[in-house]
Amino acid sequence: MSVELQGISKIYGAQKALDNVSFSAQPGEIIGLLGPNGAGKTTTMKILTCFIPASEGTATVCGYDVTKDHLEVRRHIGYLPEHNPLYKEMYVKEYLELIARIFKIKKPSQRISDLIEMTGLTKERSKKIQFLSKGYRQRVGLAQAMMHDPEVLILDEPTSGLDPNQLLEIRAVIKELGKEKLVLFSSHIMQEVQALCDRVIILDNGKLVTDDPISTLVGATAGIYRMNVLFKNSMEYQKLMSIDGVSKIENEKGNSFSIYFDADKNVSEEIFDLAVNEGNKILRMAQEDKSIESVFQNITSKSKDS
Amino acid sequence: MRAVFWKELRSFLSSLIAYLVISVFLVMTGLFMWVFKDTSLLEYNYAGLEQLFSIAPLVFTFLIPAITMRSFSEEQTQGTIELLATKPLTDTQIILGKYFANVFLVLLAILPTLIYFYSVYQLGSPKGNIDSGAVVGSYIGLTFLAAIFVAIGIWASSISNNQIVSFILAAFLCFVMHWAFSYLSNLSIFFGTWDDVVEKIGINHHYNAISKGKIDSQNVIYFISVICAFIWFTHVSLAKRKWA
Repeated sequence: MSVELQGISKIYGAQKALDNVSFSAQPGEIIGLLGPNGAGKTTTMKILTCFIPASEGTATVCGYDVTKDHLEVRRHIGYLPEHNPLYKEMYVKEYLELIARIFKIKKPSQRISDLIEMTGLTKERSKKIQFLSKGYRQRVGLAQAMMHDPEVLILDEPTSGLDPNQLLEIRAVIKELGKEKLVLFSSHIMQEVQALCDRVIILDNGKLVTDDPISTLVGATAGIYRMNVLFKNSMEYQKLMSIDGVSKIENEKGNSFSIYFDADKNVSEEIFDLAVNEGNKILRMAQEDKSIESVFQNITSKSKDS
Repeated sequence: MRAVFWKELRSFLSSLIAYLVISVFLVMTGLFMWVFKDTSLLEYNYAGLEQLFSIAPLVFTFLIPAITMRSFSEEQTQGTIELLATKPLTDTQIILGKYFANVFLVLLAILPTLIYFYSVYQLGSPKGNIDSGAVVGSYIGLTFLAAIFVAIGIWASSISNNQIVSFILAAFLCFVMHWAFSYLSNLSIFFGTWDDVVEKIGINHHYNAISKGKIDSQNVIYFISVICAFIWFTHVSLAKRKWA
């Protein structure tokens, strides 16, 4: 086991930031840590990197306890903190040299030029960090996290604030890393989690509410599906509502409707028949696959009600 | 520790800070030693470096807090402390790395004043008529004094995210530690009872003793324990994040 948490709780004053969280993970996994703001994602990461201690419970990284062997733990972890703090007045190479010196890397210049190439920083290598765009700074942050070739990478929102191209490039780097190492990353972007992760852990209010492989999560059939339909002429709300299995209808714009229906009913045929009977035409009809987004909304809103 | 030491030193040398500190220190001490009529050595007609060693603590009282104020405040506001603290470094290594880099910078400022010593040595009549023992003692005293001021400054920087707060607090503490206790010991409530104890809490008493060439264990232990105390306070204030 690369990472193992057992009954981790963290209490800030009266607030319980983490409540009895347990999970374990192995190398070769990419794990997405999801949750609404304030769910405890960053706190979990800070405990694993020994920046703050847990109030209760034990956590180990590569077999080392985070409270007892914190230096060993940090030697095995590459960490990209939230907001990616960097020494802005340093040059990219200078900064990476500092990190190499901290980790006592054997051939620092070789390692640094490898990393610069890997993260696509070649053109920016001799610039000052403060003059880099956000995407390039994020790459510098990733490069420093990978410096000592750690077994575990903990990345707190590694893709926040990147443009779509940069997003794809950083995702490719993470995907590559996840082949041999354990990558634990947090994100707000659900599509990203869907594209990258093998496994998703959802936290809500400090509690671990879901820990499942992504295929199980997305493949779950229970629940409500949604269909977007665009009619040529106007369509009466009541008639759509009378179709068996339809639970809710939203009229979006003009003749475009969002129709919510139970997963086990096939309403598309009936909508089509209805349109033909009314002498109306369907211009577009699209059923949305159950996305991780809706899974996330379901799970996190459920635990709020209880 | 060495990685942090070099990082700090490079950031001093690659910004204006180092050059500014060194030149301000040299210009100020130079003015008092050679130019201002009231204190000038040339008017005084006595070969010594007393002017340098009496004005240096005053200059350091505001100059050293200005150097040290950023050391932890800036790391905390920029969040880079999380970067350092999650690397395989202990808090002590981070603190000492920063501490020695700051002390080193101050020593770089003191070093050129050896020219003053050389000049006075040459100007003496007869040549070399200067109490070299006292000068050596004074340099050691000044180094210890700077080392305490840096420790105070680093601590002040660790307790606030705001550099201005750190600066004012450090400058005030340097003043209190150096002068206030000697003045307090003259108060009538202490007179004849606790005055020597109160005086010995302050730096000034020990600084003067060492300046006279009296480098005994009592004074050295005083300087080292005050430095260690403030480094320990810094350690405590850094560890505070772990108690939340």
